[in-house]
Amino acid sequence: MSTFWSIWVSVIVLGTIFGCWALLMATRKGQKHDQETDRTTGHSFDGIEELDNPLPKWWFHLFVATCVFSLGYLALYPGLGNFQGLLGWSQYNQWEEEMQQADATYGELYAQFGEVPVKELATNEDALKMGQRLFSNNCAVCHGSAARGAIGFPNLADDAWLYGGEPENILYTLNNGRQGAMPAKGLMPNMTAEQVNQVVNYVLSFSGREKDPKAAKAGAQVFAQGCAGCHGQDAKGNQAVGAPNLTDDAWLYGSTYEWIEETVLYGRENRMPKQSERLSSDQIHILAAYVYSLSN
Amino acid sequence: MSTANPTLTYNYKVVRQFAIMTVVWGIVGMSLGVLIAAQLVWPSVNLDLPFTHFGRLRPLHTNAVIFGFGGSALFATSYYVVQRTCQARLFSDGLAAATFWGWQLVLISAVITLPQGLTSTKEYAELEWPIDILITLVWVSYAIVFFGTITQRKTPHIYVANWFYGGFILTVAVLHIGNNLALPVSAFKSYSIYSGVTDAMMQWWWGHNAVGFFLTAGFLGMMYYFVPKQAGRPVYSYRLSIVHFWALIATYVWAGAHHLHYSALPDWAQTAGMVMSLILLAPSWGGMINGMMTLSGAWHKLRTDPILRFLVVSLSFYGMSTFEGPMMAIKTVNALSHNTDWTIGHVHSGALGWVAMISIGAIYHLIPKLWGVQAMYSTALINLHFWLATVGTVLYIVAMWVNGIMQGLMWRAVNEDGTLTYSFVEALEASTPGYFVRFLGGAIFLSGMLVMAYNVRMTIRQKDAVALDNSVAQAA
Repeated sequence: MSTFWSIWVSVIVLGTIFGCWALLMATRKGQKHDQETDRTTGHSFDGIEELDNPLPKWWFHLFVATCVFSLGYLALYPGLGNFQGLLGWSQYNQWEEEMQQADATYGELYAQFGEVPVKELATNEDALKMGQRLFSNNCAVCHGSAARGAIGFPNLADDAWLYGGEPENILYTLNNGRQGAMPAKGLMPNMTAEQVNQVVNYVLSFSGREKDPKAAKAGAQVFAQGCAGCHGQDAKGNQAVGAPNLTDDAWLYGSTYEWIEETVLYGRENRMPKQSERLSSDQIHILAAYVYSLSN
Repeated sequence: MSTANPTLTYNYKVVRQFAIMTVVWGIVGMSLGVLIAAQLVWPSVNLDLPFTHFGRLRPLHTNAVIFGFGGSALFATSYYVVQRTCQARLFSDGLAAATFWGWQLVLISAVITLPQGLTSTKEYAELEWPIDILITLVWVSYAIVFFGTITQRKTPHIYVANWFYGGFILTVAVLHIGNNLALPVSAFKSYSIYSGVTDAMMQWWWGHNAVGFFLTAGFLGMMYYFVPKQAGRPVYSYRLSIVHFWALIATYVWAGAHHLHYSALPDWAQTAGMVMSLILLAPSWGGMINGMMTLSGAWHKLRTDPILRFLVVSLSFYGMSTFEGPMMAIKTVNALSHNTDWTIGHVHSGALGWVAMISIGAIYHLIPKLWGVQAMYSTALINLHFWLATVGTVLYIVAMWVNGIMQGLMWRAVNEDGTLTYSFVEALEASTPGYFVRFLGGAIFLSGMLVMAYNVRMTIRQKDAVALDNSVAQAA
């Protein structure tokens, strides 16, 4: 903030506090009675009179104490414009300190597993317990506490993998995140409504659920042109680009005609956030072992 | 001093209308509260309809109790008090009537729009821009009527109750307009002109002062008339009222930032919000002391007068929640309490214990006067209402304290490897018994309001009850 605003903030903060203080002192100084009295101010409003009692002493001291505390607090902590306070505290420093402290306290616990290969770690009970706790803190909110996923969030407990289920794939996903995108109507921006119907039926036919066999047959050509580029001629997907296998029974966005039609018509965007900014590499290593253990 | 002017009459019609609507909106708003409390225990009570969903009914509950119940009580009492303590009739009968009908229109609009999901999404300011404009018009009329009456006063000074009512009216006008500035994109949709953390700060500048000015300053005005009047005692200390009035309004406007601790709000603003909230303790307690000590020499009346009991217990809850508030504004305490049910308990110890109880006491004082009868139909029923209200409030607050502190502790509990011990759902599951007790407390409080409605109805249906539109001013 500019010097002007810094001074402005300081003046009105201190002005309010000292203003209260001055009012308190002036009122106390003007007291005509030190003790409780029956004297009134002489006013009467609808029969209500006001006594000229002094400010209660304990209340006066309470008021002074809160003002003194506040002035002390403003000297120690940031409050007066750009003045950072004598302690140099900020909420960001506090957070960093707490994180460092956590690292110092818990770092070793995680480090003991950092060098163990993932496949080996996936059989270590202690590591898996930790992995499960890390999972429920960091992953369960999207993937579910049993890792079974939800619409738009992959099931991690089955054999279907968008980007591969080997330790190195899982580690890559955790460290770097993933950005999934299916364009609307695949690679055929001019796909007609009829062609959409055909290709949806064709996709359904992989699992024997086509509604209209004739349309499904015709859909093969649409698929070859608009979908096979990513999902492959055999529709078994391509883990290099995260294109799902359409012939299995794992469906990221629902398996009914309506869901698949929506996917074809509007495309899908998906994102798994990268964890390397939030978790240490040892923690990610343990998490990878936990996720690997779910399907192996 | 209190010389009667034989030609002066007071406008009681608008006071009477607002007094009745206080009871009506109280029942509406609190019923909604009990309903959404039930939804948290038994989710199927949301009826699986969008209009009866928690997310849509919760803002209707807050609007109905704050602006319907609390607002009507403030209009009724301020119009009554300003006339009697200024010995002047309301500045304009026409404008006063316009505030009544305008305000009811605002509230009915809320009942229509909020369940449809038409909302600006700002807490306690959810109403969309056409309704906001209507509120502004009503509020400016209110200010004209109120301050106009004060300029015509026959008394040399302005009574302290009117300082508080005046401070509340002026500040709420500024806050309402400031926070609701928005760009309309259609008849019922607008976007705030502020963005990001500025928007959040504006929102809580308003949000906390909806508490500080609407629900505190205005009700302190009520307290300063009805407590001495009902107790038949002079106000304890004029000096104390000066200091606590000016200090209260000077520091309350700063406090909103404590809603944004540990957020994108710059550190300096968080600190300023916190220290002003702490300084607020003494000015708040100034009001409690002045009310409580007004009873010295009249404590025995508590044994026989349940109306006075309402007023005194409201001051106790006021003192308690204005101690709790500054404590919760401290960053380290807030780190535990933020986002938990503790906040909701804190709000309701103010809303049920302080705001509702003092309004109920004031309305019980007013109704007989407005209909020219000696007393309410049944003192026993007032007494019953008092106990229902007290027990309901205590159950509510205790349940939320227990839930809030438990949630705060569960959320921060960590395992030996630093991971969180509990998932959110586990904390929610553990909160269910507390939600049930809260529902029970709310239902008990609501049943008290129904007793009140019956008592009011029977009072004004008595043979000798006459609705006084124009009361001749009499020496009190």
